[in-house]
Amino acid sequence: MASSFTRILSSKRNVGILSLVGGSVAAGFLLHREHVTAGEPLRRRYPASAEYPDLRKHNNCMASSLTPAIYAKLCDKATPNGYTLDQAIQTGVDNPGHPFIKTVGLVAGDEESYEVFAELLDPVIKERHNGYDPRTMKHPTDLNASKIQSGVFDERYVLSSRVRTGRSIRGLSLPPACTRAERREVERVVVDALSGLKEDLTGKYYSLTLMTEQEQQQLIDDHFLFDKPVSPLLTCAGMARDWPDGRGIWHNNEKTFLIWINEEDHTRVISMEKGGNMKRVFERFCRGLKEVERLIQERGWEFMWNERLGYILTCPSNLGTGLRAGVHVKLPRLSKDPRFSKILDNLRLQKRGTGGVDTAAVGGVFDISNLDRLGQSEVGTNHSMWRITSIRPSVSLKFPIC
Amino acid sequence: MPFGNTHNNFKLNYKVEEEFPDLSKHNNHMAKVLNKDIYAKLRDKQTPSGYTLDDVIQTGVDNPGHPFIMTVGCVAGDEESYEVFKELLDPIISDRHGGYKPTDKHKTDLNFENLKGGDDLDPNYVLSSRVRTGRSIKGYTLPPHNSRGERRAIEKLAVEALTSLDGEFKGKYYPLKSMTDAEQEQLISDHFLFDKPVSPLLTCAGMARDWPDARGIWHNDDKTFLVWVNEEDHLRVISMQKGGNMREVFRRFCVGLQKIEEIFKKHNHGFMWNEHLGYILTCPSNLGTGLRGGVHVKLPKLSTHPKFEEILTRLRLQKRGTGGVDTASVGGVFDISNADRLGSSEVDQVQLVVDGVKLMVEMEKKLEKGEAIDGMIPAQK
Repeated sequence: MASSFTRILSSKRNVGILSLVGGSVAAGFLLHREHVTAGEPLRRRYPASAEYPDLRKHNNCMASSLTPAIYAKLCDKATPNGYTLDQAIQTGVDNPGHPFIKTVGLVAGDEESYEVFAELLDPVIKERHNGYDPRTMKHPTDLNASKIQSGVFDERYVLSSRVRTGRSIRGLSLPPACTRAERREVERVVVDALSGLKEDLTGKYYSLTLMTEQEQQQLIDDHFLFDKPVSPLLTCAGMARDWPDGRGIWHNNEKTFLIWINEEDHTRVISMEKGGNMKRVFERFCRGLKEVERLIQERGWEFMWNERLGYILTCPSNLGTGLRAGVHVKLPRLSKDPRFSKILDNLRLQKRGTGGVDTAAVGGVFDISNLDRLGQSEVGTNHSMWRITSIRPSVSLKFPIC
Repeated sequence: MPFGNTHNNFKLNYKVEEEFPDLSKHNNHMAKVLNKDIYAKLRDKQTPSGYTLDDVIQTGVDNPGHPFIMTVGCVAGDEESYEVFKELLDPIISDRHGGYKPTDKHKTDLNFENLKGGDDLDPNYVLSSRVRTGRSIKGYTLPPHNSRGERRAIEKLAVEALTSLDGEFKGKYYPLKSMTDAEQEQLISDHFLFDKPVSPLLTCAGMARDWPDARGIWHNDDKTFLVWVNEEDHLRVISMQKGGNMREVFRRFCVGLQKIEEIFKKHNHGFMWNEHLGYILTCPSNLGTGLRGGVHVKLPKLSTHPKFEEILTRLRLQKRGTGGVDTASVGGVFDISNADRLGSSEVDQVQLVVDGVKLMVEMEKKLEKGEAIDGMIPAQK
């Protein structure tokens, strides 16, 4: 078993390294050659114009960028694993979007998707990440938590603090495309590595298929348990296939460091605690991430990363740091101020309800987090979070607190 | 899902044990039949259009099933799926269709004149009558697998055929993506409009992709003959009317179907059919006639009789609520239809409905008078 994996890995690693070093041309050549030798599909072919999706009622990033010309160019291509353009865009075709919220409308099936379908993905990335151009720019990665100076908030207002990101295991396909064997391999690799964590990070894995009723109830009470995705944005991309096979939750005994396996990404890594000590949350986040990386490298694996796109994840919106750092904060007065949205915008922050994305705020408590993922490092992003503390004094002046 | 063909070859790098789905909590026909040997044998196969074993079974893997209802758990992506994956599909077909063997032949009979009676079901009890079936157009892949280009080609062909009909079949096509609000309202009031599938049995099989592209509804001006285009099958053909004249509903059904088939044949695209499986449809449960003929009938007393289920079984009928499959009955009104699809003809199946419903209405009348019905309970048909 190990030898067949090594063989697969080494061929994919070469592609990965080529795209790092030699750029897209070399990778494209290698990928195209592999695609051709794999055999032409015998399927009845319609011209690209007959296959081009009807996007007239659509409002997502994919629809904005997918011209008939780009479609025609890319529709016959496939990544070495066989992932196609039609698959990448299926979620965007099936979910026209909301007039007010612009969704991304496509996903990557593997690391190579970002190369093979670059002609579509680059403009999408540019639109979603404020003009970031993957062809010319570099993304900085900085997980040095000691650089954070402040970051301890007033607990009368900040109820909890949380930082999350995702990591993908290089050499294995992403959730929209992975086979059952690949998904199980992701689970094995990650769980094996996590068993090596020590001290405050020591923890346990709960597989979704094997957990007991009690374990399930406890995880629900801790607000750790994730459910089968119901959002059509995810199900139309094929991410819920074979549920709950290969899925699970790992957390440390202190319940402050949590990892989701095989949900929307290979792994989602979460550091959190009650109260306003974001500094400590971020410190644990960086330390934990680095430990996990070291442990998987010991076993011959690595995370998907390159200097153009930072950390590679399923959704192009999560490229770069993949990081969402946020707090649950009581802002009943400020949130009613007509300038609230503008303030958030200027601070490069976003608001969500306390149930997460697409939920309403309850009792004036908001989830405030960073907007940016690509183009700014983890440390840089967290610095922008601290700026919210600057709002506090102005609030107390304008709205006397009883 | 239309994965590139290289995706299946890539999977072959992994061993059978590594790829074999976990079916330990599953209760559907596919899970009962699929084992590692069959998986090993069929995993490297593909139909000419590139449909694979994993495509066939995905819906059954994703939907473990219900402890009381046995779902099929697999779909066909094209006509050839039933050949290439015989080793899996034949036992499932046998299980689902009362022991139907791979060597059995299916009889097709769309000659409505062979139906006896059916025009005198008591309209005080039988509120409406309806016959539906599906048809697949030869040469195209099926809804789980087809691309946008194919689906549009199917729509184009279907619309050409349907709009050329005349007489009692003269009608109009309403594409889902461009119907006006007024048209939509009307179709909803007529109970004609079908919606994007929400059942995970269908969505996990990829049948809702690209909705509502190339989907639509055609119906005749009289509103008694209706065709759904590109929902769960290429075509779903429905004949219906209020009251109990099932004979007339069946006549119109047969005549309309045959007219449509003639037009498709002229375009060199007849319907998918063979003498073993009859009409080929997406779900193995709809093979054979693909026919569900039924009535909405008031049976408040009979439905509470302890022998109701047994009577239905013996008559080879099934009950559903008035909202269709998986709904409850309202006000004692039930949807009663044939249970069989494969191994008996259209005439046979509608005959069972006609005879069975007639008997049940008589039983209901007896129960109303406070009389016993034990002497009327039929033998197993």
